[in-house]
Amino acid sequence: MSLRLIWRKSLNVFMLSLTGFCALFTVSALFFILGYLVWNGGKDLSWNFFTHLPAPVGEEGGGMANAIVGSLKLLLLAALFGVPIGLLGGVYLAEFGGKTVPFLVRYTADLMNGVPSIVMGIFAYALVVMPMHHFSTFAGGVALAIMVIPTVLRNTESFLRDVPRSLREGSFALGANKWRMIATVVLPAASRGILTGVLLALARVAGETAPLLFTAFGNRYWSPGWNQPTASLPVVIYTYATGPYEDWHRQAWAAGLVLLGLVLITNILVRTFLTSGTAYERT
Amino acid sequence: MERHFERSLEELKERLLWMGSLAERSLHQAIHAVLDADEKLALVVLKEENAINELQIEIDDRVVQLLALQQLMAADLRFVLAIARINNDLERIGDQAVNIAHSATRIVRHPRVKPYVDLPRMGELAEKMMRDSLDSLVRRDIELARSVLSRDDQVDQLRDQIFRELLTYMMGDSSVVFPAFELILVAKNLERIADHATNIAEDVIYMVAGSDVRHPAVDRNTA
Amino acid sequence: MSSAFPLMGNSGVAAASSTEKTSTHTPAMSTSGANTLRMKVTKLNFYYGKNHALHNVSMDVATNKVTAMIGPSGCGKSTLLRTLNRMHETLRHTRLEGEIALDGVNILTLDVTKLRRMVGMVFQKPNPFPKSIYENVAYGLKINGYEGRLDDAVEKSLRRAALWDEVKDKLHKSAYALSGGQQQRLCIARALAVDPEVLLLDEPCSALDPVNTAKIEELLFELKPSCTLVIVTHNMQQAARVSDSTAFMLNGDLIEFSPTAHMFTTPSDPRTEAYITGRFG
Repeated sequence: MSLRLIWRKSLNVFMLSLTGFCALFTVSALFFILGYLVWNGGKDLSWNFFTHLPAPVGEEGGGMANAIVGSLKLLLLAALFGVPIGLLGGVYLAEFGGKTVPFLVRYTADLMNGVPSIVMGIFAYALVVMPMHHFSTFAGGVALAIMVIPTVLRNTESFLRDVPRSLREGSFALGANKWRMIATVVLPAASRGILTGVLLALARVAGETAPLLFTAFGNRYWSPGWNQPTASLPVVIYTYATGPYEDWHRQAWAAGLVLLGLVLITNILVRTFLTSGTAYERT
Repeated sequence: MERHFERSLEELKERLLWMGSLAERSLHQAIHAVLDADEKLALVVLKEENAINELQIEIDDRVVQLLALQQLMAADLRFVLAIARINNDLERIGDQAVNIAHSATRIVRHPRVKPYVDLPRMGELAEKMMRDSLDSLVRRDIELARSVLSRDDQVDQLRDQIFRELLTYMMGDSSVVFPAFELILVAKNLERIADHATNIAEDVIYMVAGSDVRHPAVDRNTA
Repeated sequence: MSSAFPLMGNSGVAAASSTEKTSTHTPAMSTSGANTLRMKVTKLNFYYGKNHALHNVSMDVATNKVTAMIGPSGCGKSTLLRTLNRMHETLRHTRLEGEIALDGVNILTLDVTKLRRMVGMVFQKPNPFPKSIYENVAYGLKINGYEGRLDDAVEKSLRRAALWDEVKDKLHKSAYALSGGQQQRLCIARALAVDPEVLLLDEPCSALDPVNTAKIEELLFELKPSCTLVIVTHNMQQAARVSDSTAFMLNGDLIEFSPTAHMFTTPSDPRTEAYITGRFG
C-alpha cells in the first residue's frame, strides 16, 4: 500500500471517530445534566415540596408550591396574550400578500427571536412595572408573552404555508370567501403543526429567568390575583442556588429537576403525538 | 361494468338485422315472382330497394362514428368490422334480388319454358343459407356459420345443372331463348346471393373466433 | 317557496333558471326548455400579467350536455375553464376582458361566492379536505347556509357520485382512507352537494388508472340529465368518448368548436385534423 493511501485511510478513520465522538458528547450532555439533577434533586422531591410554602429563612423543610403555581400563572398569561397575537399574525403573513409589509414583519419577528431575554425583561419593566409602580404577575406574563409571539408567529406561518394550494382551491370552488377558507380548511389542516409550535414555545419560556427578575420579581408567599409579585420556578432556582443555606441548595436542585422534567415531558409528548405526520396528505 | 357505448353496439346490430330481414324478404319475394310468374310481387321488390340502400348508408355512418369516438378493442372491434362488411354483402344481396325481380317482369311475358324443378331448390337453398348466416350472427354460432360455408358447393352445382339444362332447351327451340336466358340470369343471381351468404358466415366466424377463414389457399404463415 | 340556502339571497340567476329548491333537495332539472345554452363565452381575452393567454375566445356551453376542451399543453384550455367560475381571481395579476354569461347573466356582476355555488369545480388531483367523508360532502352545504337535513343531502350527493354503497358504513372515517379513484368521486360528490347548475372538471381522470377513469366517465353520463358538464382533458380519446361538443384550442385561440362526432370524423380545420390524427408537432 502506498503512503498516500495509508494517509487517506487513517484520516478517514480519524474523522469518523472524531465526528462520532462529538455527536456522542452532545447527546451525553443532556443525560449528564439529567442524571446530575436526578441524583442531587431527586431526594428532595416530596409531597411537601409540591404543596408547602417556603419555610422561614434558615429553617429546614418547606416547599415550592407558590413557585410552581406562579410559573403556571405566568405561562397562562403568556399563552393568553402571546398565542393569539402570534397565531393571527402568522395567518396574516401566510395568507395575505404584498411584498413589503410581510417582509418587514417577518424580518422583525426573526430579529426579536434573537433579542436577549433580559432586554425583554427591561422592556416589560418600562412598559408595565413603571406605570403600575410595582412588580406583578401581569408584568411577568407580558414579558413572557412578548417572547412567545415571534416564535408562534413564524411557526404558524410556516405550517400554514405547508398546506397545499389544492385544498384552498377546493374551498374557494365551493363558494367560500377568504376568511371562511382559512378558518374551515387551512387552519384545521395546519392545526397539528401550529399546536406543536405553541406548546414548544411555551415550554421554552417556562424556563426563562432573566425577564422575570424585574417584572414578577419574586414572593415568599402566595400571590393572589395578578397584580402582585409572584414566585416562579426559574427565579427561585436562581435565588436558592446562590443563597447561603444547604437546604436551599438542595431545594434548588429539586426545582431544577421539576422544571427540566416539565420541559422534557412536554417536548417528548408533543413530538410523539402531534408531529407524527400531518393531517392532510403531503403532495 | 356496463359501458354506455354498449347500447350503440346493440343498436348497430339491430339496424343490421333489420336490413337483413328486408333483404331476406326481398329475396323470397323475388324468387316467387319468378316461380309464380307474379309481376305484382316483382314490383314490390323494386320498391323496397331504396329502403335497403338507405340502411346501408345509415349503418356505415354508425360504424364510422363508433370507430372514431370509441377506442374499440378486441371483440368489440371485430364486431364492428364484421358489421361493416356484412352491411355491404346485404346491400349486394338486395341488388341481386332486384335483378331477379327485373328478370321476373320479363319472364312473365313468355310461357313457361319448363316445369321448375332445380330453380325452386336453388332458391330454397339460397334463402336458407342467407337466413342461417344471419342467425349465426344473432346467436354467435360458429357451427351454423360453417354449415353455411359447406353448402356453397351445392348451390354452384345446381347453377351448372340449370345452365346445362336451359342451354339444351335453347338449342332445341329458339323461341324459348329469351325466357330461358332470363332464367339463367336468375340462377346466376341466386348463386351470387349464396356467395354473399358465405361471406356473411365468414365474417361471423371472424367476429366470434377472431380467425379469418377466407381464402384457405392463402398461406397465413408467411412471416 | 323558500330557498334551502337562505344565505344565498335572491340571485337573479337562481330565480331565472333553476327550479325551486325544496327542503328535500332534489337535483335541479332544467325546466328552461327554451334555454339550451347554459353558459356563453363572448370575445374573451385573458391576461396573466403581460402574457395574453386567451385571444378573443367565444364558446357556447349547452345545457345538460358535456362540452369538452382539448388541445396541447399550454393552449389555454384550463385557463378558459377557470374563468367560468372566476377561479382566476385567486391568482394575482390576472385580467379578463369580454363577457361570460350564465343563463344570460354576466358572471362578472354576480357575487363570486354565489357564482361558485352555481358553477362547481373538480380538480385534476383529488383534493379532499382533511376531514371525514361526511364532513367533506357537507362542507359546501354548511358554508352556504343549508337549512335542510344534512344527512339526506350528503347521502343524495354520494349516490349521485356513485360512491354511496362503497362508503355508507364509514362516513366518519377520514377521506384519506379512500383510494385515489374514490377520492375523486368524493370530490365530485362534494361539488354536487350544493347542486350546481354547471360542473367544471379540470382533467379529472389524469391522476387515475383506466378502471377508475372508466367509472368516472360512466358517472358523467349519469350526471348529464341533471347537470351541465364542461371537461378539460389532455386525452382526446376521452373527449371523443364522453362529450357532445368539443372545442379544440391552440396557443390561446379557439380553433374549432363543433359536435364531437363531426370533429373526430371530419374536422373542418387542418390544425384540428393534425392534432386529432396525432401528427401534431
